[in-house]
This record gives sequence, C-alpha cells and structure tokens, in this order.
Amino acid sequence: MKYEMVIGLETHIELSTNSKLFCSCKAKFGEEPNTNVCPVCLGHPGVLPSLNRAAVEYTVQAGLSVGCDIAPLSKMDRKHYFYPDLPKAWQTSQLYAPLCIGGRVELASGRVIRMNHIHLEEDAGKLIHERGRIYIDYNRGGVPLMELVSEPDLRSADEAVEYLEILQGIMRNIGVSDCRMQEGSMRCDVNISLRPEGAEKLGIRAEIKNLNSFTAVRAAIACEYERQADILDGGGIVVQETRGFDGKTTSSLRDKENSDDYRYFPEPDIIPVALTNADVERLTAKLPELPRVREARYIADLGISPKDAAQLSKYRRVAEFFEAGGGNKTAANLILTQMFSRVSTEVERELWDVPFPAAALKELIALIDSGKLARNNAKTVLGIMLETGEAAEAIANREGLLSTGEAIDLAAAIAEAIAANPGAVSDYKAGKTKAAQAIIGAVMKSTKGKAKPDELREAVERALAV
Amino acid sequence: MIGTIHALLTGKKLSATELTRSYLDAIDRERELNCYISLTPEVALKSAEAVDLKLARSEPLQALEGVPFALKDNISTSGLLTTCASNMLEGYIPAYDAFVWERLKAQNAVLLGKANMDEFAMGSTCETSRIGAARNPHRRDYVAGGSSGGSASAVAGNLAAYSLGSDTGGSVRQPASFCGLTGLKPTYGAVSRYGLIAYASSLDQIGVITQNAEDCGTVFSAIAGFDERDMTSKKAAFAAPLERPLRIGIAHEFLDGASPDVEKAINEALKIYEKTGCEIVPVTFPLLKYALPVYYILACAEASSNLGRYDGLRYGPSAEHYGDLDDGISKIRSERFGAEVQRRILLGTYVLSSGYFDAYYKKAQNLKAAITSQLAGDILGSCDMLLTPTVPTTALKIGAGLSPVETYLTDICTVTVNITGLPALSVPCGFSNGLPIGMQLIGSPWRDYQLLDAAAKFERETDGAFLTRLDGGVRL
Repeated sequence: MKYEMVIGLETHIELSTNSKLFCSCKAKFGEEPNTNVCPVCLGHPGVLPSLNRAAVEYTVQAGLSVGCDIAPLSKMDRKHYFYPDLPKAWQTSQLYAPLCIGGRVELASGRVIRMNHIHLEEDAGKLIHERGRIYIDYNRGGVPLMELVSEPDLRSADEAVEYLEILQGIMRNIGVSDCRMQEGSMRCDVNISLRPEGAEKLGIRAEIKNLNSFTAVRAAIACEYERQADILDGGGIVVQETRGFDGKTTSSLRDKENSDDYRYFPEPDIIPVALTNADVERLTAKLPELPRVREARYIADLGISPKDAAQLSKYRRVAEFFEAGGGNKTAANLILTQMFSRVSTEVERELWDVPFPAAALKELIALIDSGKLARNNAKTVLGIMLETGEAAEAIANREGLLSTGEAIDLAAAIAEAIAANPGAVSDYKAGKTKAAQAIIGAVMKSTKGKAKPDELREAVERALAV
Repeated sequence: MIGTIHALLTGKKLSATELTRSYLDAIDRERELNCYISLTPEVALKSAEAVDLKLARSEPLQALEGVPFALKDNISTSGLLTTCASNMLEGYIPAYDAFVWERLKAQNAVLLGKANMDEFAMGSTCETSRIGAARNPHRRDYVAGGSSGGSASAVAGNLAAYSLGSDTGGSVRQPASFCGLTGLKPTYGAVSRYGLIAYASSLDQIGVITQNAEDCGTVFSAIAGFDERDMTSKKAAFAAPLERPLRIGIAHEFLDGASPDVEKAINEALKIYEKTGCEIVPVTFPLLKYALPVYYILACAEASSNLGRYDGLRYGPSAEHYGDLDDGISKIRSERFGAEVQRRILLGTYVLSSGYFDAYYKKAQNLKAAITSQLAGDILGSCDMLLTPTVPTTALKIGAGLSPVETYLTDICTVTVNITGLPALSVPCGFSNGLPIGMQLIGSPWRDYQLLDAAAKFERETDGAFLTRLDGGVRL
C-alpha cells in the first residue's frame, strides 16, 4: 500500500552568543577540552545560574524571523536525567512557558509549515570515547541552545530538508547561529508516522534522534518509511518509540514504556523572563532583511534571475557584498561565477573572507560599464584581485588591458578576421550562427580585447550577412 | 557581644590574635559539644593578624573585623572542607567562595570553622550529621536543634561570637530557640544564596544566629545585599523601624499544639509587649494546617532535583565496584546518602513523577499561593507582625527517636515563613526545666529590621533575662 508520510521536526540550534547561558564562560567550539568551564557550568555544589540576556534576545529574534508570538513572561524548567555529560543531573529548558509561540515557515511550493514553539535551553557536555575509556569535555555544557519544534506538517524528506535549509538560512542571516551541522551547532530529531494516502487519522510515530546532516535526515526518513510501511503492510502496529540512526538503518533506543520520566518542574533559581512590547519592538527593528524577502526584492527590483537571487540571498555577507558592490546583474555574475568558484564551500561563503571590499567590485564594474575594460579582460582583472586584493584600475593598467580611448579600426580588424577564417564564414553562411564566435574571438585577440563585445557582435554579424 | 569585642579590640585591651587563640583553645576544650565539623585555624589567625596590623596602624575597624564566627558547613569556602555533614561530600573542597563568605572575608571576619548540621540541612535535631548531633550547651544531653545545630551550639557555648546558618523550614530559628539565641531568617532574596549548597532553592535562605538582637542586626547588615550571581536576590528595600506602638497579631492556630510551658511563655511575652503600649490583635490563620504538607512536598521535590548532581563522577567519593554507569551512580548514592536524605529524595522524586505532578506538586504550589495571600495579605495587613512560638516544645533529648512524621510536625510554626518568603526572627522568651523557649516574630517582606527592633525592645523590657549567658567557652 502507498502511505503518506507525516513528519514533524525538532531542530536544535546552538546560539552564537559570546558567553554561555548561565555563566560568563566563552561559548566556543573546538577549544582544548575543559578550558571554558567554571563552577557554575560544572554544576558544583552551591552555584546558581544567571541567565544570559543575549541568549534570550537571540531566541526572540529567531522567533520573530519565523513569525512567532513572543511570550511576555516565559519561564525556565528543569528536565532531569542522570548522565555524565549533564553535571547538575538536570538540563535547564522550557516546558511550560517557552519564549516563542507558534510561527510558520513557507516552502517554495507555497506550503506553510506551522511551528509549535521555540524554547531556550542549555547544551550538555560531550563524551569522548578514546582508548577504551570515556572522557568528558564540558566546554559545550551550558552553551545556549534553542529548540524549534514544528507541527507535523511536513510530507516528504524533500520538504523536511527544505524546511531545515530555510531555517539554516534565516538563522545565519539574522546572525544568531552559524548552524553548522558538521560541528553540531544544528542538529535535529525527526518525528515520523505513516498513514494510508487520503486518510485523516495520524499513525503512530517514531522519533529518530540526533541527525546531524541533511543527508542523514533524508536517509533516515527513507529508511523509516520503509520500516514502518513494512510493518503496516504486514498488518502490524508501529510502536511509539525513540530510535537512533547509524547511517544505514534506524534502531530502537527506548520505547514509550521505558521512556525517561524527566520530572520537569519550574526552575526555582531563575526568575521568569519578562519581555515588554518595547523589547520586542527593539529586537524587531534590529532584525536584518530575511533571505526570502531579499530574494524577492532582487528578482523584482534588480532584475536578477530567480536562480541567482536565491544564491545571492542565501548568505548574509554575500548579499551585503553584492548590494554594496553595485547590486546589478554584472555584480551578480561576477560573484556567482568567478568569486563562488574561488570561495566554494558553505562555510567559506558564510564567512565570505575575500581580499577586497565590495567597493572594489563596484569600481571594477564601473570600468566595464564605461567601456574602458572589456568583459573578457574584467575576468582577468578579477582573478588578480582575488589573489592580491589590488584595485581593479591598477591591475588593468599594469596589464595593459584598459581601453586607451583611441579608436579601434573595427572594420579593418573584422575584415582581417574574415579573411583568415574562411571555414567559419562558410559555416555561418550554412546556418551555423555559432560560427560567428570564431570571428569575434579573432577580433578580440587582434584588438587585445578592447573591442566592446556588444558592438563587436553586431558588426561581425553585419559583415557576415553581406 | 559583637559590640563588646569591637570595643575591646579598638581599645587595644585585647589583640585579635589573642582573642582568636582563646576561641580556638575553648573549642578544643569543648569538643564534647560537637558543634564544629572542621576547624580553620590558619584562616582565622590570618584574618586576626590583618586586624592586629590595622590596629597597630590605628586604622578604624569595621563592626565584624576581628570577630570570630562559625559558618554552617553547607556554605562554600574555597580551599576549605565543605561537607554538608554528609558522607557524600567527604573530603570535598570547593573551588569558590559563597557570597556571604566573600563579604565577611573582606571585613577580616575571623572564621573559626565549619559548623555541624543535619546532613544537607535535612533534619530538626542535627542527628542526621555524619559526626552525630551537636549538643545543647544548656543541657548537654539535649539536642541543639537543627538543621543549623552546630551554629547554635557554638554561639550558646561561647565557641563563636556569632554564626551563619541556613533556614529552609526553620533551620536557623528552631536551633536558636532551643539554645536561647536570636535567630533571623531574612526576607527571601535579602541575602544572596550564591555558594549555599542547595536543599530547596525556593525556600533556602542564609540566616544569622547571635546572642541578642543588636548583634543579629550587625551581622545581617553585613551580609544582606544584591548579588547578580543569584537571580532571586533583590536590591534591598528595608522598612525603617516603626515609631508608633506596634500592633502584634496572635493566631490561636499556632498555639494549638504548643506545650503548656511554651504557651505560658508566649502569653507572658504578649503581656510584656502589651505593657509597653503595643496593641495585641487576634487573627486567624485557617490555612496553617496545610503548611506542613505543602512544605514537605515543595522542599522534597526541589531537594530531589538539587541533590541529583551527587553522582560520584566529578567530586567527592566515587563508587568502588560497580557494573554500568547507572549502577555506579545508584551505588554511591545508596552508600553515601543517609537515611533522611534518601527519604526526602525519594519523596521528591515521587511527587514530581509524571502522573503525580498535578496531584502533589501543582496542588502544593496552589496552596502556597493561598497561604501566602492569607498570611502576607490578610493577616499581616491587619497587624505589624505576628507573634508565635518558634517551636511547640523545648529541645528534645538526644536519641529521643521520634518517627520522621513526629519530627516533621515540630516544624509547624516555622515552615510557613519559608513558603511565603517572609522574614522571621526567633527571640528567647522563657525557660522550662533549664531549656530555653523561643518566640517567633513574623513580618511583611523587607521588615527584617522592624522584627529586630521589636526583639531589642523585648530584651530591654525584660532586662535580658532570657538571653543566654552560660559559663564555658570564651567569656568576655
């Protein structure tokens, strides 16, 4: 039988605040183990938490960016379990009164995925298995984490991944997290159930914990679909349980009967978090333009193709560079082709550490637009700019690529090229219009690229038509 | 007492070092009282030397400079054993200082040692301590009370000029009452809890035990204050003492279970206040009967959470032979926690379990709100302060062997104050068979000094007749 998948996601995103959620230790990834720790985040007897207001504000901004309502009064709760990575034996989280309520994410198809809420909590330490022993690194313990809980509105692995990509783009753009799945600063739990196509009633779900790449999300969903479909096809009943995914199959971690009783209760050491309308207005005003809005504006106002607009708006620094670098088609082209092939990984594009400022790109484009620099030569110049960070005009001058303003005898150059390329001429006349490119190329070469491409094409086509 | 020491030091009648040595000697002679878990002579003498240096330079001294005192063993002292009288924290040396110890250290207060207590402050007799009960200096076969039994025993036995305790359900006031001392449980939030090893976070408050009201005010003003590391601490907004005659409320519900001697002492105290022009206002407190169950549900719930961190993995002793991780954690907790602590952790775990949360914890929270509204709103709206017994009886004999429930019942007068976050003071007001009786004054939030003022007035009216002045220890 064919089944419809019903998927809800719980997405954990580490906040990129300077300090941890309850102490002043640095919240930093990848440092020497147990260096960013203090009595508070190690849960020593007698310590108390002081809530990091920045983490609250980051979470509120995240909520605002996906249309959540912000709770005027929210509270922290304790969630208890014993595990060596959790030094207090509870995780401070939010169950009864989370910071952000509701919200929505719209997929490209126009389908809206409703959010249930976003809450703030602390991350746990990290177990390191080495030489048959277990070591614990508490650097990550107490790092602020937000959990974004969706409604079960997703219907496929594609939708799940798209939803995650949208969240990733938004959170990076508003600067609350770097959302690096490979480093664990974004990870997700997938709740999935199946029901016969057309059915209303939800099936029994399984939760697959701790997926840390889009590939894993996709693969785990595919696996889980097969597993649950087999059970249902055989007339069985899916067990509500928590499962793990090892890259190939999902397997049971614990079923509902044996699920932990977290004994949640309100955290008595943290006073409720009050947010006034003025706070919310201030945080709203601080939000940058969101990727989706940006993308639409690039298409509508700047005439950028939808494909390019999506690429440009995905990374906040790229978008800002694009806009400051002229915000036109030429800028888009230069960034998406030459610069992107150089700055190629996701992380690099996120950081956008290029050797020249956006203003330098703008100068390069001005040279092109004024006709002083041919487009082909502009590529050479940009290549050098990416190496050395020098200004475009200086490079073009040195390399002798600038049009000096002296008139090129275009007609003569074309005539020469036609004479030298009889094969291309006969091809062109036989209807292979692409053959004109050979003539254009030859003229460019003989004029050292100083011919203006549009003018040249027109002149060559005119000459060949004779 | 503190004023006397201050005058002796500044008058150069006595050096801080001499004073400290005489306390350390007296503590050594009086080991029988069992009021200290560990002593800190090096730290004490270092502070004393600093004070003597100041005296030599004729620099002025602050009120508590050079004055020897005791800290309850659940208050974190960097580099100094802090065990909560528990085998679970045997050998535990904290890496940081509690706020109150920072404050007092900055004043060159002389820390003599860490005072005995019930294990993790759970108990009313100090008998759950891993080193056994502190003795009552008034009658040594009687308990000093709990949980801050050592703190009270040391002050009554003249083995510390004052002490700090912690009060979650009466743990400062009850031992103060049993030992004939003044014991203040401040308004919740008046003193930072940073570094107080938690029993029940929403109820815990560090308090002061002294020989009289004046000393109590001196110490309290040194430790009160906002601390950004404790989100429940508040910028103090203390009310000034009242100029007009007091209106003192009396609720018969508090006297219902009191022993005849205690009831008599309370009525005598009321008469004394009446004689000075105070108005006695009869009030009723029908919700009092719910205070004990509410207290034990909330306190145990929070305790079960706060004590989860003792898993033997990071500090303190570890289990020696165990199977998997869960087994190791279970073993160390079963081996190292005493019976009373285990009982409260189990109770708390139970009331927080899914399916029981609404029936116990949530109901208790609702009742807490109702009790607070009745006591802080209705009752204290119609009078300046409420006068009750601190404990329905005088101190029990060591080893009396009450059942847990019988023991819990003795907390009836004190727990309400912790549930409601109000300030309360235990004031000596009588004797029965050589054992002190205490009365409790309960005020509205931030009226701590009004309570101290009322106690000082009572001392004046009675010529200090009920204050403790025992032989032994350091006599000045």
